[in-house]
Amino acid sequence: MIRLVDLSKTYQLGDQPVKALDQVDLAIEAGEYLSVMGPSGSGKSTLLNMIGLLDTPDSGRYFLAGREMNALNEEARAAERNRRIGFVFQAYHLLERLSARENIELPLVLAGMAPAERRPMVDQIIKRLDLDSRASHLPRQLSGGQRQRVAIARAVIRKPALLLADEPTGNLDSHSGAEVIALLEELNNQGITLLVVTHDPAIGQRAARRLRMEDGRIIDDSGATQPPSADSRHAHR
Amino acid sequence: MRTADLLQFNLRLLLRQRFRTLMSLLAMAVGVAAVLLLTGLGEGARQFVLNEFSLLGSDVLIMLPGRKETSGGIPPLTGEGTRDITLEDALALERLGSVQRVAPLIVGNAQTHVGGRSRELLTVGTSAVFFRLRELVVRQGQALPVIPLQRAEPVAVIGSNTRRELFGHQKALGAWLRIGDRRFRVIGILDDRGESLGLDLSDGILIPVAAAQQIFNTQGMFRVFLQIRPGSPMPQARNDIQALMQQRHGGERDVTLITQDALLGAFDDILQLLTLGVGAIAAISLLVAGILIMNITLISVSQRTREIGLLKALGASARTVRLLFISEALQLALVGSVLGAVTGYGLLALGHWFFPLLPFVVSIWALGAALGIAIATALVFAWLPASRAARMPPVLALQGLAR
Ligand SMILES: Nc1ncnc2c1ncn2[C@@H]1O[C@H](COP(=O)(O)OP(=O)(O)O)[C@@H](O)[C@H]1O
Ligand SMILES: [Mg+2]
Repeated sequence: MIRLVDLSKTYQLGDQPVKALDQVDLAIEAGEYLSVMGPSGSGKSTLLNMIGLLDTPDSGRYFLAGREMNALNEEARAAERNRRIGFVFQAYHLLERLSARENIELPLVLAGMAPAERRPMVDQIIKRLDLDSRASHLPRQLSGGQRQRVAIARAVIRKPALLLADEPTGNLDSHSGAEVIALLEELNNQGITLLVVTHDPAIGQRAARRLRMEDGRIIDDSGATQPPSADSRHAHR
Repeated sequence: MRTADLLQFNLRLLLRQRFRTLMSLLAMAVGVAAVLLLTGLGEGARQFVLNEFSLLGSDVLIMLPGRKETSGGIPPLTGEGTRDITLEDALALERLGSVQRVAPLIVGNAQTHVGGRSRELLTVGTSAVFFRLRELVVRQGQALPVIPLQRAEPVAVIGSNTRRELFGHQKALGAWLRIGDRRFRVIGILDDRGESLGLDLSDGILIPVAAAQQIFNTQGMFRVFLQIRPGSPMPQARNDIQALMQQRHGGERDVTLITQDALLGAFDDILQLLTLGVGAIAAISLLVAGILIMNITLISVSQRTREIGLLKALGASARTVRLLFISEALQLALVGSVLGAVTGYGLLALGHWFFPLLPFVVSIWALGAALGIAIATALVFAWLPASRAARMPPVLALQGLAR
């Protein structure tokens, strides 16, 4: 489903070039559950952003669902993000002026979907993630764990094939962190491909496939695994 | 993104930042109101003047003493003639085939007395024809009598203000008044609407022209109004009149003839220019509003960097992001313009209510121009910041690092 070939990215930090990604090769099958660990500054976020089409590589190639992504312009990349990729960030990134429900609805609004079509989809995901009682609340009226659940609901409302989580538990206590991970794993069980960047070894160990990065390279890969079960993989496109 | 969603999304933003929103609305509204108000006043003044002067009718020529080389512009309103236009001239003009009516005019200020009261009043020496030419309405009594021009009959028709000033609650009709050392009997009182050609006759007195000649001790006419006989072509009538005057004045062309159209045209041009001028000045305030909107949009873009990153991550294209910021500015401009239009026209209507003389003019072109400029400035000035937002790389924006 995902193939990275020789992917490199260099940032200019002051006058010092930093290789955030250094000739990364990686193949990920649909439905896999990966964790990415490694020291701070090793390029984990850059890898995730690259896969999520938020960043562009300096060199190398990226195939998503069989299509070469380097060739796409920004408009097409935006459309791909909307359709295929869900993001969960450490800092939630909810819009403060919108209610939980409206935040969740945002990807559908941006896609130009009609309100009548959106409503049942939002209702369904709110029910599924147990957010009924919080739907009309503003983000600041929610706990960290609830906010991250809203962010996850928003990430999967378009039923993407790929869910990218960059330290999703970084701002949470261990209890709500565990709940969030359980939710992500449940989504993975239903077929979504899941990549989690984390500092927490306990969380990293839960993934079926574990990557370790250092200085922009993948120095350890526990190896491609057999994804959960062949039929549940197709619950999400 | 759907239009309804876009509008709602913007509305949320605008309502959240009430002060910011209010300031931009105010700036826009003031700009639009200023344009409408000033052009409305200018246009009102123009129509007022046109109304006043067009009472004359297009078959009327005005003759004044003195010859001015008129090459466009305003015709001379005060002429210093080498030779007076006399009553005999007026009588000779009356006999011309192409002239139907002639009304001579002498104008001056004279001290007028009734009993103990005394006022300096506008005194107009003319004839019965003048009443017909200017369509003067007599409210009480009669107009000046039809008498030979040389007869200084001691009768007067007074304006409504003059009546109040001189007679108060006393009966005016049939009473006597004194101008200089001559006595006149009041035979008529003009209707209230006495203004014409810049002379406010409601504050004046009309007497036979020969009497005015004696009071002001002059032979010369201030003006002569000539009505052309229906069917006579105006250019030919002009030639006839000029030729006759030239012949009577020893071969010299020493009078000027003005048509109403020339007079009106000149005034119209000037007033239209004036209206455009004040309108343009007011439009500058719209430009200021536009710059304010640009600043506000710039601030909005830099404050919302992370949001822009997030929207892009959720699949908003550069186009959508640009649209978000531009439509926000447009929404502000539109609401502001509507507020401004209502205020501007409200003030104009109020002005009309207090000063009924001032026509209440809703000029479509001014409204269109004001709205057009408002929307165009919003578009132009929001474009730059909106494009900056649209160009932001998603990763950097998410980290709040994009600029
Ligand atoms: N926008 C940027 N500008 C400059 N340097 C950057 C930028 N983003 C990341 N880097 C650098 O790239 C390297 C990898 O960063 P990142 O992928 O965020 O690491 P991690 O997520 O593993 O902590 C770091 O050295 C970081 O300083
Ligand atoms: Mg990171």
